[in-house]
Amino acid sequence: MILPGTPFHPRTSDLCQPHNWRRWGKYIVAGSYELSPEREYWAIRNSAGLLDTSPLNKYIFQGKDATRVVNRIITRDVNKCAVGQVMYTTWCDENGKVIDDGTVHRVEENLFFVTSADPNYRWFCENANGFDVTLQDVSDTTAALALQGPNARKILQTLARAEMDSLRYFSVMPNHLREIPIMLSRTGYTGDLGYEIWMENKYALDVWDLLMEVGDAYGITPIGILALDIARVEAGLMLIETDYTSVRKAVIPDQMSSPYELGLGWTVALDKENFVGKRALVQENRRAPEWRFVGIEIEWDSLEEIYARKNLHPHLPLQTVRESVPLYDGDNQIGYVSSRCWSPLLKKYIALAHLRAPYFEIGSRVEMEVTVEHERQRARAVVGKTPFYNPERKRK
Amino acid sequence: MPSYDTLIIGGGHNGLVNAAYLARAGKKVLVLEKRHLVGGAAVTEEIYPGFKFTEFSYVVSLLRPEIVRDLNLPAHGLEILPLPSTFTPMLNGDYIAFWDDHEETHNEIARHSRKDADAYDEYGRLMYHMAKAVRPIIGMIPPDPTSLSPNDLRGMLKMGMHMRGLGEEKFYQLFKLMTMSSGDYLDEWFETDALKGTKAASGIIGTFMGPRSPGTAYVLLHHYMGEIDGAFRAWGFAKGGTGGISNSIANAARSFGAEIRCNAGVAHVIVKNGRAVGVALDNGDEIYANVIVSSLDPKRTFLKLIDEKELPNDFVNDIKRYKTRGSSGKVNLALDALPNFTAIPKKEMVMQTLRGAISISPSVEYLERAYDDAKYGNFSQRPYMDMIIPSLIDPGMAPPGKHVMSIFVQYAPYNLNGGWNNEQRDAFGDAVIDTLSQFAPNLKEIILHRQVLTPWDIEQITGLTEGNIFAGELALHQLFFLRPSPQWANYRTPLHNFYQCGSGTHPGGGIMGAGGRLAAMEILKDSK
Repeated sequence: MILPGTPFHPRTSDLCQPHNWRRWGKYIVAGSYELSPEREYWAIRNSAGLLDTSPLNKYIFQGKDATRVVNRIITRDVNKCAVGQVMYTTWCDENGKVIDDGTVHRVEENLFFVTSADPNYRWFCENANGFDVTLQDVSDTTAALALQGPNARKILQTLARAEMDSLRYFSVMPNHLREIPIMLSRTGYTGDLGYEIWMENKYALDVWDLLMEVGDAYGITPIGILALDIARVEAGLMLIETDYTSVRKAVIPDQMSSPYELGLGWTVALDKENFVGKRALVQENRRAPEWRFVGIEIEWDSLEEIYARKNLHPHLPLQTVRESVPLYDGDNQIGYVSSRCWSPLLKKYIALAHLRAPYFEIGSRVEMEVTVEHERQRARAVVGKTPFYNPERKRK
Repeated sequence: MPSYDTLIIGGGHNGLVNAAYLARAGKKVLVLEKRHLVGGAAVTEEIYPGFKFTEFSYVVSLLRPEIVRDLNLPAHGLEILPLPSTFTPMLNGDYIAFWDDHEETHNEIARHSRKDADAYDEYGRLMYHMAKAVRPIIGMIPPDPTSLSPNDLRGMLKMGMHMRGLGEEKFYQLFKLMTMSSGDYLDEWFETDALKGTKAASGIIGTFMGPRSPGTAYVLLHHYMGEIDGAFRAWGFAKGGTGGISNSIANAARSFGAEIRCNAGVAHVIVKNGRAVGVALDNGDEIYANVIVSSLDPKRTFLKLIDEKELPNDFVNDIKRYKTRGSSGKVNLALDALPNFTAIPKKEMVMQTLRGAISISPSVEYLERAYDDAKYGNFSQRPYMDMIIPSLIDPGMAPPGKHVMSIFVQYAPYNLNGGWNNEQRDAFGDAVIDTLSQFAPNLKEIILHRQVLTPWDIEQITGLTEGNIFAGELALHQLFFLRPSPQWANYRTPLHNFYQCGSGTHPGGGIMGAGGRLAAMEILKDSK
């Protein structure tokens, strides 16, 4: 079976020079539009990158009990989410292990728009039993674009019918681009100033064309998954299946993670009413966590030394490498890197990693395995703060 | 009582790098810049409202990675955006392009010559090895081959070992590169005129030599050096123009505590008992310090700021003979729309092409003829040009939908027959626009504003003697332990407490910062 394209495919397929389609959910999306993703990456940081995010799973919770149902599922307290606000959150199973992460948009008092990486319809339905709520899976009928970068706002301002200058970070509003009804949220996966545009499939091509036309003067650039993958590592954002395994797919306990172990303790509201996994998380919160998800920087001098032994210059991952690499303290393996890349902007080799206590503290020194000419070497690295890159404009 | 440890004359990129390193080591540093902004020849100015011109220098390929790391320049605003290709329109309406993708470039060259396409791979590998061989020299304090001091001997030994390590074949190639003309060297490799013209062009940039002049092959290599750092390569267009680079270095310097004063031109260096003790500013103020560093070019430094009597005669004569012949100009345009280069065959290729460099270098002969004009004191009627459209790389350089174009033009001799004046400047600008219009016919209609900079203008504005963009030609007799003068290539000068750190010192021009860094290390060594 040939995998289907998204509603934007008629446009993106004309532009995708390398034909490096990537599988995302049941769809394919462009890996990059040019042979190298470099310029697309820089569009995110310097002008505006346009990304097709339609394969995300999308759900609508509506009805008298919608708030209660959402609050039962997610770990954050949705009562603290005002209408027009968006919350990033995880949700867990009964044992407090993470199923998925996503965003909850409170569009109206009792209307929520929820996005997730994996399909969650069954899980959501099971938790809505007996409540006055209707749950819709709108994944296949709702197209989505992310417009990310310093010029994103200027482009949307010229098109949006309702004033959107004041739309704050992690907020959402209904709006129109010219005549086309959309939902506009100030969210994204790049750690930059950016927006996501949600629309019915039938409007997809018109919205794409409008943005490309108006955005031209602002350097709008279609971007693929490869450019996004660099930006999200710089932003310290984790990716399911790469940086953690959903408890639903875990085969052994070691593959399961609690929000605390993923550095997402801040998304767990233990003080709110009952929610799935609360009992286990209350207990876990009493213990000191064994693991944490952190950022590390690999030291340049150390890399240079390792490569110089082979009379080579350091070879750097110009695209994010999604593979596990061990981290050591002396002879002990103390963790692993799950995503790593060369940051073109910071000019640093950075990685997202899982480390055991006490090595996960900031400033802690570790060693990462590096393979040079088929030989295993170790490079010095240090635990740093994430996001690695956090421009003011993201929130301003 | 001196108020500063170090005074640095000139806020160009080397002066700023020097200041940053010294301040980082705890020195109390003051940078004195005569203009209203820092950067020297690496400045961005809004000459026409809403349009930012990267006025003189326009791309960066050689900025030393260790400087980017040591000073953490990205944290201070340095962003280097990719400049992915070079496009050369040909006189017959065709073109040759060099893309950032190896296979694509191979296919493109093969369209002209299959042999050249294969040779290009081999040539690239050889240049890589050559650049790798020469690169350590860039980071080295030049040893004096006539000196018996342990430091110099160690340096010479290190170099000797390094050269022996190259192996026979590479050593011969290196020797060829050091002595041949870029035109002759390229003839050994390729047959396509536009390919040779475009490659030869990087061997003549900033020199008063033609592609058939011996010694130009080395400059090819000089420009290859930036490639070797792979992903770390600082090659591209700096966000905000090259002024963005200067500002990031200035921000780094300030973060370490350095003070930078603009509108503070230095009239002369105050010398007492054979020692530099301070400077007198144009406004008459005097400032004293333990160490004075000049980042200006050697001629301006030693012949304008210091009384000749304070320096040894042979040194003064050396500096007088130091070659600073300006050979290039710059035209910056504010544009209402994009130029329509007719050689671009397909609409889909337009943006891909215009985002890179555009080179008017259809053949080695074309370049040599351009040089012929200059040899006899005229600007080239059909000049070599290297262009970029910065607004397509960084949209912030022009208002939405409008564009800026940066055109490097060679040759324009500093000593023009009859001298430069407004009429000559206009005629030079016209020659540039007329030549370009052959390739992009709509150009004249879309120009909103044009800034023409002759070598004379470059000298007037930046202070670079004769408008020489490298603060002294990158000719073999002016490199390494001979730059700017034998025995004084280690950033020290015959005057006590007085140092030099500009592009007129080893390893020379381009936005490298190496002189500023190496000088700082020597100053710190001496202050221990």
